[in-house]
Amino acid sequence: MHSDPAEVRKSVRSYITVFVALMVFTIITVAASRFHFAVPVAITIALIIATMKGSMVAGVFMHLSHEKKLIYGALLLTVVFFIVLLFVPILTQLDHIGTSQEQVAAPHEQGGVPH
Amino acid sequence: MNIPYTVEARPDTGLHNGKFGVWLFLASEVMLFGALFSSYILLRVGAPEWPHGLLSVALGTVNTIILISSSVTMVMAWASLKMNDFGKHRLYLSATFVLAAIFLVNKYFEYKEHLHAGEGPWKDTFFAIYYTLTGLHGLHILGGMVVMAYFLGPGTRLWKTNPEQFTNRIEITGLYWHFVDLVWIFLFPVLYLL
Repeated sequence: MHSDPAEVRKSVRSYITVFVALMVFTIITVAASRFHFAVPVAITIALIIATMKGSMVAGVFMHLSHEKKLIYGALLLTVVFFIVLLFVPILTQLDHIGTSQEQVAAPHEQGGVPH
Repeated sequence: MNIPYTVEARPDTGLHNGKFGVWLFLASEVMLFGALFSSYILLRVGAPEWPHGLLSVALGTVNTIILISSSVTMVMAWASLKMNDFGKHRLYLSATFVLAAIFLVNKYFEYKEHLHAGEGPWKDTFFAIYYTLTGLHGLHILGGMVVMAYFLGPGTRLWKTNPEQFTNRIEITGLYWHFVDLVWIFLFPVLYLL
């Protein structure tokens, strides 16, 4: 965090640069969505650009590029839990409690027509 | 009684208490929005098909530009205080407040249009998660506006008695505001473009 007014004056230029970059990335995101890529490609492109924009906001506007170690530690812990949280939906796909193999196979074994 | 470490850094953390407190609060906010993003993924992966093109990309883009601009005016409001220019600080903070209000007005018209078309949160899974995510984000915008209104009004007095503490308060208000911008940076492509 800058505390010297002269240093703050210098960093104002980087705020303007980041502002322009964020605008350009916003235009690229919207333009890319017009190309109708396959869904996985479109998601990847949009999330990469969003991550780059987010990093600029956090790094420059929130001054994370030069912060105290304690904040990095707290955020690292948050990122770990955030990733776990995002993977929870995948765990639900592996959850087969109450849907045994016998129940799934039953219609075919009994010669029934699956609905 | 004086509350310690509002201006000077605590020796063990190296930070003033307000700043560390806001960062911990933001960490909890990451988990709150993270849970909702996780729900979005679960709903989208589980849906046989996902609607596309139901939201106005133009309005979403305008709101993105508004929020990014408000982040710049917010950081400039803090930088102006650091450069001891209170007049410019007020100008930038007022601009941030106005931009936040314009964002909410746009959102109001967007909601109104969808509700008139019968596209409320009850319509389908897409609109349910759309209203949940953007509604919660909108509440955060409103919360930020309340804080900014305080610092444009009665909170200003602190500048005269303790300018450093006032600057620190604007700094942590900015941290919150940039986080709200950051959430929108992800919400926009996820809801409007994909």
